[in-house]
Amino acid sequence: MSQFEVIVIGGGHAGCEAAAVSARMGVRTALVSFEIETVGAMSCNPAIGGLGKGHLVREVDALDGLIGRAADEAAIHYRMLNRSKGSAVQGPRIQADRALFRSSIHRQLTALEKLELIAGEARGLLLEGGRVAGIELADGSSLRAGRVILCTGTFLGGRLFRGEEIIEGGRVGEKSAMRLADQLRDADLPMARLKTGTPPRLDGRTIDWAALEEQPSDVDEWTMSAMNDGRINPQVFCAITRTNPQSHDIIRANLDRSPMFTGAIGAQGPRYCPSIEDKIHRFADRDGHQVFLEPEGLTTPLVYPNGISTSLPADIQLAMLRTMDGLHAVEMAVPGYAVEYDHIDPRSLRPSLELRAIPGLYCAGQINGTTGYEEAAAQGLVAGMHAAATVLGTQPAALDRSNSYIAVMIDDLTLQGVSEPYRMLTARAEYRLRLRANNASTRLTPLGIVAGCVGQTRREWWEQRIEARARLDKALSQEVTAPTLVELGLPVRRDTGRLSLRDWLRFSGVTIDALQSFLGDDLCHDRALVEEVEEDAIYAPYLERQDRELRDLRASEALLLGDDFPYYDIPGLSQEMIERLSSARPTTLAAAGRVPGVTPAALAALLVRAKRLAA
Amino acid sequence: MLWFPGLRTATGEDLAELHLHGGRAVVASVEAALSGMPELRRATPGEFTRRAFANGVIDLAEAEGLADLLSAETELQRKAALALAGGVFSEQVTDWRTRLLDLSAQVESALDFSDEDDVAALPEQFDERVSFLTRDLTDWLAKPRAETLREGFRVVIAGPPNAGKSTLINALAEKEVAITAPVAGTTRDVVTAAIAIEGIPFLLLDTAGLRTTTGDAIEAIGIERARVALDEADLVLWLGPEGQAPQNAWQIEAQIDRGNPPRQTTPRHRISAVQGTGLDGLRTDLVATARAQMPKPGEVALNRRQHHLIAEAQQALSGCFGVGDPLIVAEHLRIARLAFDSLLGQATTEDMLDTLFARFCIGK
Repeated sequence: MSQFEVIVIGGGHAGCEAAAVSARMGVRTALVSFEIETVGAMSCNPAIGGLGKGHLVREVDALDGLIGRAADEAAIHYRMLNRSKGSAVQGPRIQADRALFRSSIHRQLTALEKLELIAGEARGLLLEGGRVAGIELADGSSLRAGRVILCTGTFLGGRLFRGEEIIEGGRVGEKSAMRLADQLRDADLPMARLKTGTPPRLDGRTIDWAALEEQPSDVDEWTMSAMNDGRINPQVFCAITRTNPQSHDIIRANLDRSPMFTGAIGAQGPRYCPSIEDKIHRFADRDGHQVFLEPEGLTTPLVYPNGISTSLPADIQLAMLRTMDGLHAVEMAVPGYAVEYDHIDPRSLRPSLELRAIPGLYCAGQINGTTGYEEAAAQGLVAGMHAAATVLGTQPAALDRSNSYIAVMIDDLTLQGVSEPYRMLTARAEYRLRLRANNASTRLTPLGIVAGCVGQTRREWWEQRIEARARLDKALSQEVTAPTLVELGLPVRRDTGRLSLRDWLRFSGVTIDALQSFLGDDLCHDRALVEEVEEDAIYAPYLERQDRELRDLRASEALLLGDDFPYYDIPGLSQEMIERLSSARPTTLAAAGRVPGVTPAALAALLVRAKRLAA
Repeated sequence: MLWFPGLRTATGEDLAELHLHGGRAVVASVEAALSGMPELRRATPGEFTRRAFANGVIDLAEAEGLADLLSAETELQRKAALALAGGVFSEQVTDWRTRLLDLSAQVESALDFSDEDDVAALPEQFDERVSFLTRDLTDWLAKPRAETLREGFRVVIAGPPNAGKSTLINALAEKEVAITAPVAGTTRDVVTAAIAIEGIPFLLLDTAGLRTTTGDAIEAIGIERARVALDEADLVLWLGPEGQAPQNAWQIEAQIDRGNPPRQTTPRHRISAVQGTGLDGLRTDLVATARAQMPKPGEVALNRRQHHLIAEAQQALSGCFGVGDPLIVAEHLRIARLAFDSLLGQATTEDMLDTLFARFCIGK
């Protein structure tokens, strides 16, 4: 029997980050997966990042996670979404070569001394006195650890749909962990059902690329990880095609063969990632939808047609594809399908992602009702960091809604629960002007260093960056008069007076590059840093206003409610309020205010009681 | 002495009532005896209501209602409070909030889904709809304020030192509320008098004479307070020279008994507070003006907090125009939404997302 401190089950994005952070913090960790080979596989689309999601990648990277570096090492196409908008909503996204991504993850994991990769099937949990004590493997052996992190994706009650076909049991070929599922059911956790879908995979050799609009990779050499610099792989282009009235006719004529419309799938799918049959049904007035053709790698002909996830029968899928420009002779390698699965109501988790009902058991990723690699990776990081911190008796990095999208997501999940697969959006972050993809390191790396989850290479990089930033900040404090800038050809009024260079940056048309003569060449070298400082200056007035808001927020964050707060015993709380608060179990008064439907009157009652309990 | 055991009392706690003879000496000596007892102290203002609330005897709304009821002194106030409680205002704010959520949803979809063909840039009518909403808020800001009802119509008497301001307030109040003396700088603090003229409540404020040079630190503080009072005034009676009056002030030529020929060309009133000349005309004018600016019976009157929050929302919305970056537009809308949320006492970003997804076809 082997002894570990933390065991992670599942080698997807959540599992890899959970195991890696725990090992980085110096805790003896095991990562258990059916096959070592599949650890770090991208199971669905070949893209990493995007709007909102790119922020998560940069944040996980800032805490020294794997996904950012692996994305750069695998990237065959870079695209900064929302480039024309303010940087707070820009979304870095890359197309990854699956094989390169997986090998990068493997390389990073095997470099961690405290981590052991174990091939095996986790059959069940070892429970002792209501606490997790380890896991039991299918071969009868067991692994002991006081903390277990479940990153098992859609293994709970998975059902796969393609036309009239229904396949039970999660992913194809996996007779997965039914005992584990039973144990979770026995714990009487609140569960719900969701669905997700994939498009068919195309054989790129049968696509007429010349007939399609090309989307080239970005020319400027930004990276996903702060630790990388420039392009590592040759870059390829993506292409765009569209559905058309003919494709829509085929889909409409066969809606009765789609499990979503026959009633076979009852679960809620995502509103923002609907299947093509859903789009055509709900937005009947549109005569076309964009489809992005994304290559899956440098050495594979497979192409992922983003935008047409479907569970129609295979013959209909092919007929529909062949109506589109460039796809008239296309062949499918794998048809698309829909998956329906159970997830745990994330309101049964603490903000550490530990289940309240089973101490020592953490859940991260799709099992919590989220969708997407980036969301999974960020949760894995949070669960792993908290689990390791309890082993070490240290504090995890202090993440909150005002410093990270990661915390926004955890807060949303654990307080509000999910009614559809949860996906990150910048609109979810109320303080997004300060949560930019390009300042993730500034926001989080110092917190990560304190929490002990940042390795030496990045720590050294950070020291240098602090120093560079300080020099740039100092240089920007020098004051310059308007006429001086006018002489440089800058579009400012002569009578604006004398301002610091930093204040001048707020004027449209004034950039750091334009002020370079005051700053010196070497200061403008680090483009990422320059961009960040520029944006800081532009948003400064708004950030000051938010600071005031945050002071109020922090005051109520300081008022702890705790797991055992006696909601049922508070005079004046209605039954409805008691139910809502008891299922979300907010940790602070501020969090209670974010539980949907909780009234100000109820908050006031909580405040009074919390103060009395604290006194 | 009456003893009320706990739980079913007004506060939910044990209560004892002492019934005493009315003489002040009796009350004072009992109070003195009580204060000598350990673990006994005077209740702080509102403490009984607060305890009742903490013990669940009343809820927050009842507590607020109680506070309103306790402070309502006239029928007019009671009716205005009822209009507020009756939900007219909440309905209005809810309507603003819905319109705002819709606008936010448009900006958010431009931000979060702009790389997909299903969502266009901001619709053409966006600016127009923002300005409609802004105008609605501006209209509400012009409405009468609840403080006018509770505290009276605020009339500030202002002017340079020794212009006869204190004499005027004494004459209007018909009693000596301010010390008068022919020495400049006699009034150092703001002197107030709550009076009623023809049933309309007024709060008269006599201020320190405004002059920029004074060596007296106390008088300087008084002058600062005078400026604050001017900012909050519903009406200013200006007793100084023409052309120097603050905005919205009435020009008053005072001290006409001093035998000087008329010094001012177009004063609204010419008075002698000492002799009573012109005071009736001034009173009639004040009553007519105040009556027009006070809430009508049953009309919603905003309190200071509500007024402040609407002003904040209005300001945030005004900042949306001419901003190129949709991110900044979104931030302005968010600030306005926060203000509405505080008005209604609710807050969630999820609402905005619901609106967003209900309206658009979004792929991916």
